[in-house]
Amino acid sequence: MPEIVLKAINNFVCRDISLTVKNGELLVLLGPTGAGKTTLLNIIAGLTAYRGGISFDGRPVDRLPARQRKAGYLFQGLALFPHLDIRSNIAYGLRVQGFSPGEITGRVDELLRLMNMTHLSNRYLRDLSGGEKQRVALARALAPSPEVLLLDEPFSSLDFRTSRYLMMELRRIQKQLGITTVYVTHNLLEAREMADRIGIICDGRLEQVGLPQEVFFYPENQRVSDFLGAPNVLDCDGWRTLREGLIKASCGGMNIVAAHEGDNVKKVVIFPAHIFVSKQRPPGPALNRFKGVITDILTSQFLTRFRVKAGKNIFLAELTPEAFNDMGLQKGSEVYLTLKLKWIRII
Amino acid sequence: MNRLNWLRFGSGMLPVIVFLGLWEIAARSGGFPGNVFFPPFTLVIREFWHLTVSGVLPENFATSLVRVLAGFSAGSAAGLIMGILMGYRQCINKALHPIFSLLYPIPALGWLPVLMLWVGIGEMLPIIIIFICSFFPVLYNTVTGIRTVDPNLINVARTLGASEGKILFTVALPLALPNIFTGLRLEAGMAWRVIIAAEMVAIPTGIGALLMKAESLIRLDIVIVCLMVLAVMCLSFERFFIFAERKLTGRWR
Repeated sequence: MPEIVLKAINNFVCRDISLTVKNGELLVLLGPTGAGKTTLLNIIAGLTAYRGGISFDGRPVDRLPARQRKAGYLFQGLALFPHLDIRSNIAYGLRVQGFSPGEITGRVDELLRLMNMTHLSNRYLRDLSGGEKQRVALARALAPSPEVLLLDEPFSSLDFRTSRYLMMELRRIQKQLGITTVYVTHNLLEAREMADRIGIICDGRLEQVGLPQEVFFYPENQRVSDFLGAPNVLDCDGWRTLREGLIKASCGGMNIVAAHEGDNVKKVVIFPAHIFVSKQRPPGPALNRFKGVITDILTSQFLTRFRVKAGKNIFLAELTPEAFNDMGLQKGSEVYLTLKLKWIRII
Repeated sequence: MNRLNWLRFGSGMLPVIVFLGLWEIAARSGGFPGNVFFPPFTLVIREFWHLTVSGVLPENFATSLVRVLAGFSAGSAAGLIMGILMGYRQCINKALHPIFSLLYPIPALGWLPVLMLWVGIGEMLPIIIIFICSFFPVLYNTVTGIRTVDPNLINVARTLGASEGKILFTVALPLALPNIFTGLRLEAGMAWRVIIAAEMVAIPTGIGALLMKAESLIRLDIVIVCLMVLAVMCLSFERFFIFAERKLTGRWR
């Protein structure tokens, strides 16, 4: 599968974007709504005019129309053909490209098996659930064996559980096929779970590209930092080495154990997603565990973020809305926070 | 037909049977002497039989039918082709839309005086009238159908490797079918109404002309026979297109 290289891409939304998506990699383009993520996908697919250069595996594709670029595209609204049954939807690309009936049948059967959908092949869209439609759209995009796969917020219309399941499925299929993939989302959770690397787009500019932990822990500028949401940063009053590679830092009266080498300990950093929240006191040793009170709640479509005052410190934690509601949490509720050792960073 | 369908059919026919019965009773009650101004239903049926056996009705009906089929087929085909071009190519739409917008509001029968002078009173006159009557609704419904196809479906077909021609015939046109059939269904009935009117006004053959002759001889029974033929044909054409639409789009709509 080819490497995608974008050089100085400009159009009415995107501004001077240069980017390389490595062979077989899944790169997530993350950014707020209206940042230009979909426009960039359309540019790669050849559906939107642009200035600059795009190449697939060193081969310039700028002069090729969309139908010759060999880019499988899964649109945000899926854009499945309502007048065709599932088999014909998946076979569409093969049929218009002139594959023989035998090849079409073989390839469609293979994809139906890959997606666990053999029992649905003769159904129409109206008979399918959201998750099943998602898989049909993915199978259709993969059917003509595209060189690159472009996914535009593929799970935005699904409930949390289904989207989590399909994310894992997509990751499995992507790895199995080794196809170079660009995945667009505005959802941090999705990005973190799916990405080999993440590119942050704000206002048509590619602000930062890196491994998920790099992007989340070391935002390169204020825009990225604002979009990702601030991590919990605690000032350290003092620290001592417990044993080699392990320290105990004192932050506002709290003792936090973290993996760290070296002697420069000023702040402890942990992202909201890496704080385990429970209403009951978790069993086991009280390592990095603190009791606090919820002081503030912010709910969005996929995440409920809330502030917890524990001792002198205030932590930002997050849960899925379902988990938050299942636990019966509200402002004033007492909770236990456990900082996951693996994700504590010392700076 | 299973028992349930028979029951449905029977319950649908019941009001018609009651209406015909009331008609028969009212006409024979003695309020309308000589059956001239209000012939009973059975008399109309008898006249229908006489006209059929004598060949008068089949001849006039066939004349009207051929005119409707020729005008309607040509008008619908032209409307469909022009609608596809206008719906799929913005430049063609921009060039032709203002012209058709001016012509569309003119009723088909409004062209009659002009056409009588241009083509004379012959077989072409009613066919051209039906052509005009069918052309515009099919054109506009096709344009609407194609232009309302989700652009993402067109784009996804492009990314899957489809050429513009293939996109038109495998995506845009099939998805525009419901709109196209709406135009065809509405105009199939209208074509019959227009041909009868045209034959009544200007053309000496066909069901409309037979109706006018019967009216001048004060033969209301024949007039009613002609009107019944018109009603049945309007309904049959409309039903045919509903059936065809269901066959072609029923699986996915």
